[in-house]
Amino acid sequence: MSKSAAKCWRNDAYAKVTGRAKFTDDLKFANVLHAVPVYSEFVHARIVSIDTAAAEQATGVVRVLTARDVPGVNRFGQIIRDYRIFADDKIRYYGDVVAVVVAETREIAIHAAQLVEVNAEALPAVLDPEAAMLPDAPLVHENHGSNIVNTHVVRRGNVEEGFKQADFVIEEDFQTQTIEHAYMETEAAVCVPRSTDGVLEVYGSMQHPFSTRRFVAVCLGVALSEVEVIGTPMGGGFGGKDDTAAVVCARTALAAKLLGRPVKMVYRRDWSMRESYKRHPYRVHYRMGVTKAGAITAVQCRIVADGGAYCSVTPWVTWRSTVQCCGPYVVANVHCDTFGVYTNNVVAGAMRGFGSPQMNFVIEQMVEIAAERVGISGIEFRRRNMVRQGSVTITGQKLDGHKVAMEQALDTVLSEISYEEKLARCAHGQGDDDELYGIGIAMSYRGVSLGAEGVDFCAAIINAQADGSILLEVGVHENGQGAESAMALICAEELGVNLNRIRYRRSSTSNIPDSGTTVASRGTIMGGGAVALAARELKSKIAEAFCAKLGCAPEEVRFKVDGICGKTDGERIGFADAMRQMWQMQRFPFALGTFKAPRVSWDEHTGQGDAYFTWVYGCQAVELTVNRKTGKVKLLHAVAAHDVGRAVNPEMVRGQIYGGMAMSAGYGLHEEVKAHGGKMTTLNLNTYRIPRSMDLPEMKVILIENPDPVSPTGAKSIGEPANEILAPAIANAISNATGRRHFALPIRLGALPEPTMCGEGCK
Amino acid sequence: MQMKLQVNGREIDVPAAALDKRIVEFLREDLDLTGAKNACDIGACGACTVLVNEEPNRICIKRVKDFGGQRILTIEGLVAPDGTLHPLQQAFVDCGAIQCGYCTPGMVLTAHALLLKNPRPTREQIRHAIFKNLCRCTGYQQIIDAIEQAAPHYPARAPA
Ligand code: FES
Ligand code: FES
Repeated sequence: MSKSAAKCWRNDAYAKVTGRAKFTDDLKFANVLHAVPVYSEFVHARIVSIDTAAAEQATGVVRVLTARDVPGVNRFGQIIRDYRIFADDKIRYYGDVVAVVVAETREIAIHAAQLVEVNAEALPAVLDPEAAMLPDAPLVHENHGSNIVNTHVVRRGNVEEGFKQADFVIEEDFQTQTIEHAYMETEAAVCVPRSTDGVLEVYGSMQHPFSTRRFVAVCLGVALSEVEVIGTPMGGGFGGKDDTAAVVCARTALAAKLLGRPVKMVYRRDWSMRESYKRHPYRVHYRMGVTKAGAITAVQCRIVADGGAYCSVTPWVTWRSTVQCCGPYVVANVHCDTFGVYTNNVVAGAMRGFGSPQMNFVIEQMVEIAAERVGISGIEFRRRNMVRQGSVTITGQKLDGHKVAMEQALDTVLSEISYEEKLARCAHGQGDDDELYGIGIAMSYRGVSLGAEGVDFCAAIINAQADGSILLEVGVHENGQGAESAMALICAEELGVNLNRIRYRRSSTSNIPDSGTTVASRGTIMGGGAVALAARELKSKIAEAFCAKLGCAPEEVRFKVDGICGKTDGERIGFADAMRQMWQMQRFPFALGTFKAPRVSWDEHTGQGDAYFTWVYGCQAVELTVNRKTGKVKLLHAVAAHDVGRAVNPEMVRGQIYGGMAMSAGYGLHEEVKAHGGKMTTLNLNTYRIPRSMDLPEMKVILIENPDPVSPTGAKSIGEPANEILAPAIANAISNATGRRHFALPIRLGALPEPTMCGEGCK
Repeated sequence: MQMKLQVNGREIDVPAAALDKRIVEFLREDLDLTGAKNACDIGACGACTVLVNEEPNRICIKRVKDFGGQRILTIEGLVAPDGTLHPLQQAFVDCGAIQCGYCTPGMVLTAHALLLKNPRPTREQIRHAIFKNLCRCTGYQQIIDAIEQAAPHYPARAPA
């Protein structure tokens, strides 16, 4: 199929729309055993013993595994090795797994799981992150010495001076809730011990085959080469199929290895919700100094993130919050203190947005509140303070080398939705109508990829065959976002060949070099970069082979219309023909491309540095009504504009934005993981409410393309930027509708007071 | 005692031992029709939706014996025998309505039932029809576009 034949191209669409795509639970293996996790009713307790005898004696049960059975290392973690494959010394949250029951059928395993007895001494649970930071708080991890996982700071300028220059100081407290990724496919794994060479094949629903392989190998005490994680379609991840999903694979692999049979473990929704890590709930105290002229002179903020029972990636999530703690605004004097904290709540880790949705909820309301105090519009206030070409961020990074498109994104949304005109129609809680109208806006900038969070490089292999077909493999993972399709499109475009030549090879950790995890919206920029570089290397090999024949220098060989040619289009060799000839010349048309993220820098003591190698810019606005009697919010219409660098597969990029907006609407209005005394009560999709079709408005997306020079393809990222600003836009719209601000998520409105009699001087 | 069931136009003799099975497991395991997904087990998400006598049915909470003599259509039965996509499926592909694809089988079948009954729905009616099918990836926008785009392929009903 040619790229232009349809609005949208995906290599996996046919399989998915016909039901033929095989997700993990759809895979069948002969002689397979079924494994299920065992939880306890404790929230914080010291384990005395785990009695598995009764479960083990049940008919059909093959084995019950606990920490004792782990031949390698039971503790792992990307930053701090505190996460257990099985709880060993203590139970630290309600979702801690104490054992796994392996049986001939899933029903038997589920039944037997109830027979496992956990004897433990309950300990006082620490459920409030502020209380957890106090010196006498019970410790979640005694050997860590405190419940503070990590701290970050920004120290820029002099905030005392900054506040002195201010005419107004605005000070508010904000709170955000715990939310669940709610990927439609729960965690799942199948592990198959390969009889021929003893390698353990792992199929699973996870977004990071390489870290899964690492966890499995470390847990089993075997070499990386003895574990092969094979790419399997995944029913959604959103950042959530990292640590927990890897642990599910590790436990399954352990059972398969010990029992010498294929083992499948598919999570029931309530297990998934109970155990899997969530988005961090935040508490933010924010002070902003502004002048009468509407300039921000200083920001002081204190951020406390509840990381739950284990570290996971809390230090990285809170780092992004810290770097972006002032949003896309230039502030000369900043003092930010950020704390990631252990509690006995559910673990918090990576989720689409990664520390920015919380902060944007704060900042994009703060700028509106400040504008109101100054007496100018929120838009004007933003214009006076926003980053522009050459601006210096609060961490001292000069924004150049790419187009700073903040104002472009803002203006695009303003004109598309006729913002100014509609702003004048907002009800502000007044009027006779029961449906109160409001419009709201929010914008952000976002550092691309991992930044100073970690090692950031990626590989791609292009292996052209003698008949002209092409095998492509890239070290990024298909999370459902269309990564493979984007990679294939980039490959075809770079090589100037027809798209139907390219087959994306089913990925395997035994083939492609470890390229890190597909998170941080790094798939397209890093994977696509590697593909482009591999294609360029392949082209130079081909050019060398044919330049003499084409009568030109190697640099003059051109790749177009599915073939190669010299200086004129006359001397042309078709691509398939060229590949056949290369085979005869004994030259491999094979290339490995490696894209390394450009240098970034960070000073942990001052919070200064070039945090990210490039940035993206986005803006979203929403119209809604609030019913005065019921408080019910109806979203009417939403608009988004995002600079994506270059849209490789435009309809897929739009899809990312629609989906991100929907998730952000859920964050703003509906979603909340609830617990009672640390025991989660929202354990399925009936009580945990994600947006349905009727909850969402018609959405309009505008793609802004400013190809980025540091990206080999010009493309940047979109997965997360799309997901971080609709909630604050909704908060601003609700304020414009009702005249009231909301400082906590999700926004819950009860009945509103009757309109006041509006005398003179009332707006 | 055994029972008959029609699945994707094929008569199936259900062995007595399977009558008490959950039908979603019977389809997925015994018939290897894995298009219907199990995502909540309590009837809350729509991932397991199949059509029973052309009506969407969330089957994760039901038993095989509840379906004696009924006509079941799963996603595997919508595609033509030669593999050509049904126009509704093609529209899902063309409109970018598929991301992870986990909700897709249930969503397509729910939309199919709607268009059989109401071949010229408004966007609001489409939203209403897919209300019980959760999708976490797409925000539903391109799904609604796809259903709208496929509608003309369904015969308009003669005005009553
Ligand atoms: S699996 Fe049947 S409705 Fe969710
Ligand atoms: S496409 Fe992923 S849940 Fe709908």
